[in-house]
Amino acid sequence: MASTDQVNAPRATASRGWITSGRVSERDTNLIRIGILLGVAAVWEAVSRSGWLFRDVVPSLLAIGASIWKLLMNPAFYANLQVTAWEVFASLVIGGALGIFVGILIGANRFLAAAYEPYVYYLAPTPRIIFFPVMIMWFGVGVASKIALGALSCFFTVALSTAGGMRQIDKVLIRVGNSFRATPWQMGTKIYLPAMRVPVLNGIRLGFGTATVTALLAETKLSNQGLGFMIMQIYARFDMPSLYGLLIIVFVIAGLGNLILGKVTGTSD
Amino acid sequence: MASASLMKSRWFPIAVGASSVFAVFALLELLLKIGLVNRYIVPFPSDVVMALERIIVEENVPARIRETGFEMLCSCVAVILIGVPIGTALYRYRALRRAIVDWVAAMAAAPLVLAFPLFLVLFGRSSLTIIVMSIITGLAPIIIKTTEGLSGVRPVLMNVGRSLKLTDTQMFWKILMPAALPVIFSGIRLSWTFVLISVVGIEFLINLGGLGQLINDLAERYDLPGTYAAISFVIIVSVCFFMLLERVETWLRPIR
Repeated sequence: MASTDQVNAPRATASRGWITSGRVSERDTNLIRIGILLGVAAVWEAVSRSGWLFRDVVPSLLAIGASIWKLLMNPAFYANLQVTAWEVFASLVIGGALGIFVGILIGANRFLAAAYEPYVYYLAPTPRIIFFPVMIMWFGVGVASKIALGALSCFFTVALSTAGGMRQIDKVLIRVGNSFRATPWQMGTKIYLPAMRVPVLNGIRLGFGTATVTALLAETKLSNQGLGFMIMQIYARFDMPSLYGLLIIVFVIAGLGNLILGKVTGTSD
Repeated sequence: MASASLMKSRWFPIAVGASSVFAVFALLELLLKIGLVNRYIVPFPSDVVMALERIIVEENVPARIRETGFEMLCSCVAVILIGVPIGTALYRYRALRRAIVDWVAAMAAAPLVLAFPLFLVLFGRSSLTIIVMSIITGLAPIIIKTTEGLSGVRPVLMNVGRSLKLTDTQMFWKILMPAALPVIFSGIRLSWTFVLISVVGIEFLINLGGLGQLINDLAERYDLPGTYAAISFVIIVSVCFFMLLERVETWLRPIR
């Protein structure tokens, strides 16, 4: 059956009907992208000038561009960025370290995995922001509660990814280590850690995303500093161009952070 | 010998897991009683269990479940109605796929839920804001998985369809869709997970609607056992929802 698939594959991909045929050049791809961007910009600008929606709900692109420039020139933006960056970094360190520790435990031991992994697995996709009141009670309304919540979000992703990585280690490598009579420390540093590098780093990268979203959302709920707080301040002033501008900046920063982490860890797509 | 067979039993680790969770709660109860843990920060686990019944009756939980359920239903149906056709279009038009599939992937990783103040301005403090925001949050996985599922259909199946001279519509409904369904459903599962997180999260953040608002209300009243009970209740509902989706996904898998 597999050979039939292979024989028919080129014919199927180059034929009429459901799959468009032929190769797509890089130039065509870029042209389509530019076309889409220009189309969206034109529609946006037309809606902005039409007066169909309430004034300022869809501000002009020029106004959004100007607000981005104004925000980037504002020292308060950098002060808030610093707070959020610190929260995300601390969340990643705490949640990541705990996640790796628990992930190794449940990944290395089948019994522990059967006993405790379902709890980690099913708690992982629950909405973490609902734990915020508990974090406020435990750690106060300052930065600590955001770090705790971010660490909690990050923990599950890293733990599951590490446990999966532990189970994927080639048994041959472990046997080689044992045949060389490697000590537990040597087994850990020379066999296990290098072999599970990619899933762990991937987990940390995903954990960065969840920690960022959670910390920012917590800041929008109750805070007096950070980018989430800044978004709510701008929302309260009904300064729509700045709201769009700040959201664009935050999305770009989160995207860049993810990209850099991917490059640094060698796990980028 | 008996202990070895006990260790191999499927239920033994599950029982150990459950009893250690129970032991942690018992220890916490003890620490609270002797004053080693502050009871104004952490309530007695027994009080939390007792509060479950109270919040279900007094806080009108069935109505809140209906409200959250309605928002979930609208968002879940909409992500399928919007996401599957977009994913199909990206599969069909290769040039379009190459141009925007990276954007869709970036959308899946972006903190879109943070844009909720923007949608508060656009749609007001209403369920519509929660629904629209949740649709946007849940769209990317279903688009990606639909494209992936359709691209993964075995060429031999397509050739069978062609040899039977099926029309485009027949080809889609009789060959492509059934073959891609398990992958598309895993996209639906991911999307609906995003939707649930978004619906409950935004309800909590803007203090509106069903279960998310319940947690916020109780926390603002400083009803400690009630807050913990409400959080536990939302977790139980979420876990049941994920388990159900997983069951359906496992049930669909043999089709492939």
